Amino acid sequence: MYDVAAGPARRGLGPLRLGVFGVLVLTLLLSMLFAIGAGRFSVSVPRIIEILLAAAIDPDVAQAQMDERIVLLVRLPRVLLAALSGAALAVGGTALQGVFRNPLVSPQVLGISQGAAFGGALALLFGYAGVVLLGMSFVFGLSALVLVGTLARIDGRTEVITVILSGMVIGALFGALVSIIQFVADPNTSLPAIVYWLMGSFSTATWARLGLAIPGMTIGLLVIFLLRYRLNLLALEDSEARSLGVNPDRERWYVFIAISLMTGTSVAVAGIVGWIGLVVPHAARILVGEDHRVLIPAAALIGAAYLTFIDTLARTLTAAEIPLGVLTALIGAPVFGYLLRRYFKETQRA
Amino acid sequence: MIGLENAAVRFGSRTLFRNITFDVPVGRSLAILGPNGRGKTTLLRSVLGFQPLAEGRRHAPPVTGYVPQHGMSQAKLSGLDVVIMGRAVRLGLFGQPSAEDREAAQSALVQVGACSLAELRYDRMSGGQRQMVLIARALATGSQALVFDEPTSALDLGNQARTLALLDGLRMRREFAIIFTTHDPNHALAAADDVLMMMPGGGEMHGPVAEMIEPDKLSELYGVRMGWVEVNGPTGEVRRAILPSFAGIQAA
Repeated sequence: MYDVAAGPARRGLGPLRLGVFGVLVLTLLLSMLFAIGAGRFSVSVPRIIEILLAAAIDPDVAQAQMDERIVLLVRLPRVLLAALSGAALAVGGTALQGVFRNPLVSPQVLGISQGAAFGGALALLFGYAGVVLLGMSFVFGLSALVLVGTLARIDGRTEVITVILSGMVIGALFGALVSIIQFVADPNTSLPAIVYWLMGSFSTATWARLGLAIPGMTIGLLVIFLLRYRLNLLALEDSEARSLGVNPDRERWYVFIAISLMTGTSVAVAGIVGWIGLVVPHAARILVGEDHRVLIPAAALIGAAYLTFIDTLARTLTAAEIPLGVLTALIGAPVFGYLLRRYFKETQRA
Repeated sequence: MIGLENAAVRFGSRTLFRNITFDVPVGRSLAILGPNGRGKTTLLRSVLGFQPLAEGRRHAPPVTGYVPQHGMSQAKLSGLDVVIMGRAVRLGLFGQPSAEDREAAQSALVQVGACSLAELRYDRMSGGQRQMVLIARALATGSQALVFDEPTSALDLGNQARTLALLDGLRMRREFAIIFTTHDPNHALAAADDVLMMMPGGGEMHGPVAEMIEPDKLSELYGVRMGWVEVNGPTGEVRRAILPSFAGIQAA
């Protein structure tokens, strides 16, 4: 019965895991470079690096050359916004799947995306964009979350299943409200804007818009990153977690608020970009395992690289830009199917 | 150390139990026996604070080492990672386990004699191995109160013996207040000082093992005739076990 002590268990980042993270960082950098260079006006990688270095040394110098203007004013903010949104959506999905102990949930499940979409559509209906749109998206995303929380709280307890069902109810409600807005919108002006925005796009990215997106997304990412060990505990059964001194009812809400902050912001700046929060966490889990201490950073890197790449495809595949949501679904669904099969084959072998 | 005072639990109009009072001090071990559906698990949940009481009070340390009947079965974490979770209460909201927590978890694994499970993935372990890891996790909390929900129910006889030896070892250290539920009175004989019986019609009986584990009381508890038999222990000594008269040719 008594086994020989196995010595101090090896911990931390093994060389293999370090290699995985090295490859992920490299992939992200390459996909960002590719994204900045590709397009109808293509710029070579050495030239990109030259332009970026020059701008980094002296940010105030006027961009005289055409390629400088394209790289610094058009593509760089777009790429950064796509990468940041990708990281935020992927981390949001990962955290949500952990908390719900269910690999099939995503930020849409809590109704946050739909609530944020309603807020944004409302802003567009009245002809507002920019800060107003972002503010409305965030406020209604958070309202959807608060509604879900109120609806799911029965006798002072919040069970996971009631949260999921409430999220579906509130999501459907806001989905209907978005349809009403589309129904009453002016088919010549606001309706196309709403429809195109809802399909998701980074085409309107500017430095100003990136500046709007940065606070919400970085705060959300930071909170989830700090809670990464707590997520392992929140993934336990509630009674088990409680016996370990965790307060799952309350701590789940810290995670939810951080997720709604990231989701609301990303819907505001790019519309509903589906599938990222569902596909990327699975890829990350297969690469680094289920420990959120490594899973969260891995999901952030993969999500950033993935959405940057998809966005580049969206604007370069055809002359007109393909809506982002269409591409993420077209690519995401088969990838998800493949991952799911591989995943279950692996668990069966184990 | 840990227990209930005049406690009652009701589900709607149905009263599961009422007026239960017991206290397990440090150094004692209490076995809870009762027929199916009588509320053993609910009683444990009340002691742990998961089940709100309709009446009465519970007293327990802030954190109790709890060994659930079924741990999270799909966690793809190493045995050591699962044990480290026992340290959660010391870490705080944003905390990360330190080298010290890892050592405490290692030492908990040593105490249950399961060092070899540190690197094994929890979802690939057998029921007996998981049990050892969950007991180590309860020890890693550092709590003096340990609560086991049917620690032997899903195990084969060999693993039952191992778990009971471990429970008895923890009892003999006299450093813990231990509560466990079981279906087998022999497990109370093996690892408990006191017994709480939840009688089928309602009401409870509470007392030392020697007074409680005897044929008449157990026959009343389970509605089946019980009797003593003699078995030889590991060193040839004669020991007593209490068995029901099930259907079949031979007695047990």
